[in-house]
Order: sequence, then C-alpha cells, then structure tokens
Amino acid sequence: MSKTTQLLRFITAGSVDDGKSTLIGRLLHDSKSIFEDQFSAISKTSEKRGMQAVDLSLLTDGLQAEREQGITIDVAYRYFATPKRKFIIGDTPGHEQYTRNMVTAASTANLVVILIDARRGVLVQTRRHTYLASLVGVPHIVLAVNKMDMVDYSQARFDEIVAEYKAFAAQLNLHDVTCIPLSALVGDMVVDRGDSLNWYQGPTLMEKLESVEIDHDVNTTDFRFPVQWVCRPQTDEHHDFRGFMGRIEAGEVSVGDEVTVLPSGRTSTVKEIVTYDGNLQTAFAPQSITLTLNDEIDISRGDMFVKAEHMPTVAKEFEAMLCWLSEAPLDKNRKYLVKHTTRTAKCLFSKIDYRVDVNTLEHLAEPVVNMNDIVRVGIKVQQPLAFDHYTRNRASGSFIVIDEANNNTVAAGMIV
Amino acid sequence: MSNHTLSHLDVLESESIHIMREVAAECKNPALLFSGGKDSIVMLRIAEKAFRPAKFPFPLVHVDTEHNFPEVIATRDKLAKDLGERLIVRSLEDSIKRGTIVIKNPDLPRNPFQSVTLLETIAEFGFDACMGGARRDEEKARAKERIFSFRDEFGQWDPKNQRPELWDTYNTRVHSGENIRVFPISNWTEMDIWQYIGREKLHIPSIYYAHEREIIRRNGMLVPISDLVQPKPGEKVEVATVRFRTVGDVTCTAPVESNARTVDEIIEETATTRITERGATRMDDQTSDASMELRKKEGYF
Repeated sequence: MSKTTQLLRFITAGSVDDGKSTLIGRLLHDSKSIFEDQFSAISKTSEKRGMQAVDLSLLTDGLQAEREQGITIDVAYRYFATPKRKFIIGDTPGHEQYTRNMVTAASTANLVVILIDARRGVLVQTRRHTYLASLVGVPHIVLAVNKMDMVDYSQARFDEIVAEYKAFAAQLNLHDVTCIPLSALVGDMVVDRGDSLNWYQGPTLMEKLESVEIDHDVNTTDFRFPVQWVCRPQTDEHHDFRGFMGRIEAGEVSVGDEVTVLPSGRTSTVKEIVTYDGNLQTAFAPQSITLTLNDEIDISRGDMFVKAEHMPTVAKEFEAMLCWLSEAPLDKNRKYLVKHTTRTAKCLFSKIDYRVDVNTLEHLAEPVVNMNDIVRVGIKVQQPLAFDHYTRNRASGSFIVIDEANNNTVAAGMIV
Repeated sequence: MSNHTLSHLDVLESESIHIMREVAAECKNPALLFSGGKDSIVMLRIAEKAFRPAKFPFPLVHVDTEHNFPEVIATRDKLAKDLGERLIVRSLEDSIKRGTIVIKNPDLPRNPFQSVTLLETIAEFGFDACMGGARRDEEKARAKERIFSFRDEFGQWDPKNQRPELWDTYNTRVHSGENIRVFPISNWTEMDIWQYIGREKLHIPSIYYAHEREIIRRNGMLVPISDLVQPKPGEKVEVATVRFRTVGDVTCTAPVESNARTVDEIIEETATTRITERGATRMDDQTSDASMELRKKEGYF
C-alpha cells in the first residue's frame, strides 16, 4: 500500500517586482513540473524578447484577452506534485484589484506565501497581504524573504526583516508564521538549499510546503452537515429510502449519534452512513456522504445537522466583515441575497460600522462601500441561519452576497 | 481524537460530488456532457457516488461530431446502458442539414463547430446548466475559468467578467435564456484521472491502451490513418505501437508512442512524460497560442 498523498492548496502574495512569477516558475522548474513543450514555448518567447536566460515568470503569463486589453484575470490555478504531496497554487496577479483577488484565492487556501524583496523589507503591501490572510483565516503563513542574493545573503538583514514582520503579525492573531530567506532567481532555499545561505537552519520553501500539518485546518470538533439534496429513489428496491446528502463541513459523525436538525431543532439518531462504496461506521470532514435517520422528520435542503454538545448560533441577525467585490457600491436601501452553506435568503444591511484601511488597519467611518473595501456590517436575513464565528469554522462562518438584479456575486462575508 | 486523513483523490472526489449535488439542487434543468472519453467516464462514476441509490437527476448528453473513434462511441453507449441512465445524442450532421453549420470539406476537423450543435441542443431542451469534464491543468484558458462558468445568451465565455468564486459557496443563479457550464473535476490533473481510473477499475475505451496502429508522421505528430485521413503523396505509412492520451475528432487527435498496456503502466508513463497532454495530442490547439481561449469565447465548453 502506498502512503496517503495529501492535497495542499496555497497562494502567493506579492507583486511582480518581488519576483512572484519567478518564484512560481522556480518551484515548478526545480520540482520537474514543467513540461518540455511549455519550456520550449517560454524559451522561444524569452529569446524573442532578447533575454539571456529563460524567463521562468513567462510560465504564468496570461491570456490573449489580458495581453490585448492590459487587464489581468483575478486568479489562475496551477497544479504540481512531488512524491510527498499534490499542490494547487492559486495564482493572483498583483495590481489594483488586489484585495478582491487575494480574498477570492485565499478563501480555499491552507497556506499563503507572502513574498518580500530583501532590499525593500516590510512594506505597506506586506502588511496588507498579511492582514487579508488573517481576515480570510488562512491557517499557515510563510514569509519568503526573496532576493537574498541582492543583499549579499546577509543574515543580519534577514533577522532585521523578520523582527519587524513578527512585531506586526503579533497584532493579527496569526498562529503559524515561518520566515524563509531565499533567492527565486538563483534557486537558493526554494527547492534546493544552495550554498549561500548556510547560516539558515530552517526548512526550504518546498520542505515547508511538503510538511506543514493540515489535518487540523478544518474544525474537527463541531459536527456541521448542511443538507444539499434529499434522496428519495422511490424504486421497489429502495421504497422507503430517504437519505440526506451533503458534505461534512466540520467534525465527525457515527452511526447511533444523536443529531439535531436546524433551524427546526428536532432530533433523531443516525441510522446509516451511506456511500457508493458501502456503509460507514464513522465519517468526517470533508467527506461527502448520505445520512439516514431513525425517525421521520421534515428535513429539506438548507437545513443543517449538528450535535447538541456543539451547537452553532441560530439567528436572523448577525455581524460580519465584508469584502465588497462589485463595481457597483453597496446600496443600503436594497435587499440582496445571502448564500450561506446550502441556504439562500434575502438580506438587508442594517448598519455599516466602519471600513478598515487595509494598509494601516485603521477603522474609518465611511458611508459608501466600494469595490475592494473591507467593512464591518450588521445584516438581517429573512430566515434564520445556523452559523459559527468565521474564526472557529470557515465553512459555517462564511457567506457570499448576490445581487438579484444581475445575479452577480457582490461580496464575501465572514461572520464575527 | 480526530486523526482522520483523506488522500488527495478522496478530497478531490468529495469536492466533485459536492459540486454535482449543488448543480442538481439549485439548477432547474441540468445535463451532464458525456462523450465516452476518460474524463467523462470519471464524471459518471462521481455522479454514481453523488446520487445512488437514486437515478441521476439529469440526462447524459453527447454532441457527436461523427468524427469519433468507434471504440469511444461503443463505450459511451455501453456505459449509459449499464447504468440505466438516459443518453441524449445530437449530431453535427443535424446542424449541417439544418444549414446552421456550413462546412467546406466534411473531412476537416469539426471541433470548431461543436459549439453550434451544443448551443442548439441547450436551446432544444432548455438546459440551464451543462456539466463538463474539463480540467484546469489542460490548458491556460481553462486554468483561469471558474468551476461555475456563466454564459450569456450566445453561450459566450467572457474571461474578464467572471463571477468571483469564494470558498465552496457557488453562485448558480442565471436569468432565463442564460446558462452555466460547470466543471466538477476542474482541480483534477491528468495523473489524478489515471490514478482514479485505476482505483475505481473503470472501463475505458481500448484505444487509451497501447496497440498497433497505422500512422504517418506529420509536423512532429503521429497522425492515425482512418477513412478520413489518408497519406498525402510522399508520406510513408508505418505501423507503430501507440496509445491515445486524449480522444477527440479522429482527424485531429494524435496518439503517442507507448508500450503502456495497463493502467499502472500508464500511470508510470504519465509520471515521467515531459510533454503536456494537449501539447502531444491536439493538432487544433497548436494553430495559435490562444486557440482554446477563442473557442471558449464562442461557446465551446
């Protein structure tokens, strides 16, 4: 039997000037994840542009539409594998839409690599990236101090940057921060250690990516099972079968467990955990399963199964941090839709407390909410939702806001 | 107490099941695009895992170019029948007869025209969501497409006007006349597909395994000889041991030289290959750097 290969999702934050594309190119190249036809295409382009060496940053070059119109599409996904893990990189271009792009890509990430230029140190954008990573609750942070070759591989310079960064990060409730000195251009401490940073004893970037513990990135204690679909085959063979299909978003469940169905509050016990591959005794997040119960109770899509000892809040009003994603500003007089787990309900914004300046973390009074703004709001929904604080549970603490007029996704919300 | 660990295939499978159930629950009239190729065969297994013991809450739909490999069509029909699911087939020939597709030469590749028949099929049945087996690792336009990809009344993809997609909370809403394409296996790679085919012991068309075939060498690719493709003067026909990494239009899908006759051997070969799946096999993607992007904008999935 081969060992279990885990999947790690990560993003990189930083601008082109920090060498972000070069770093991704280096990771792919040194882990032998670049194919010959891709390499020959970027070699040709590098040559055409009169470059001496192959420009690895071209691997993340954009679409024709982007080149022609000078725009950047918010997130591209890239895939590579090592013998230890499979990786999905959410690659977001820097530039003006950064908040929106980074929040989108970070929402599914286990880890963020925040890239800084060793010559320039901790900048305003470093603080912004770190704040957004903490807002979206990315569990693991790597500070990659790049371009160490440009500062003579100086340990003193690295230590200085790390001290300044850690002082800032301490304000933000970040639990796992790893700082790595590297040179994406030369390749030091990315995949290979190189010869120039022998004073550094920690992991290379790849070693960190391959070894970071991610089993506990999902909440393993509070069972949350939003019902996606009720299965009633109504065939002769499965005449009385009534299964509740969904994905366990947190915690675990076993046959015989008592479960409470929200928002009704009715209870029953688990009869079977059904899967195509046979019934299970216990299932856990993030498995997709089908539950049957020992009692007939009225349950439909949008309801949530929980356990009495770990109840979420059930309410029609809550407060949240909101990242506004739409070009049209938030209109306090209008109703929007909230989609939270598998439930969609009409909502109103009852108040806007403040806007966060993502560069200084200051709270500003701001009546108008524009694209890329991070604001704290009060929300009223038409039907009760079963939710948790986002910091406790990403899946049951997050929601999106949809504008019914054009069906666009206009905001991402995190319940506080 | 929890030390539960899922493998990458388990996590990807669960994500795909979750996506299919969201489509079934939130879309009024969805369909699953099914060609008989390996990716769509994986999609069928995921649909079984998502909805059994019930029937699928959507039909299978194939837009047939009638330029397919016979082994693939045979597999398509067998799998649909074995599963007892409804299969709807619409052919490019119907669009040609209607005059909505005008082709100069019936033997030329038909992929560019597939979009027309697909859009006509969507209109005929009023589908508001079509699930397809495209993967983001295939091509750079796909790498930038959402899992739920919104299309306007003309079926067009607008890459710079995509809805943000956060967490696993999908916005499935469309106005009447519009539709979405959904890609439940977006995050799978070619390697994941083969590992899954091996794990699930899926039946796939025989041409994915190494076999002897008459080919000619043209522009660095192996071009299979068929009724539609004959050697030009001066080209030499040879018999090579090959397998197909992708199966599409017979006139523009090239096999690769390979001795891999089992799934395990294919996995080993996939782990060491130095050429991308499409780079090795799709003549139509090589016409320009942006071929796929242009086709998608015209309504291709």
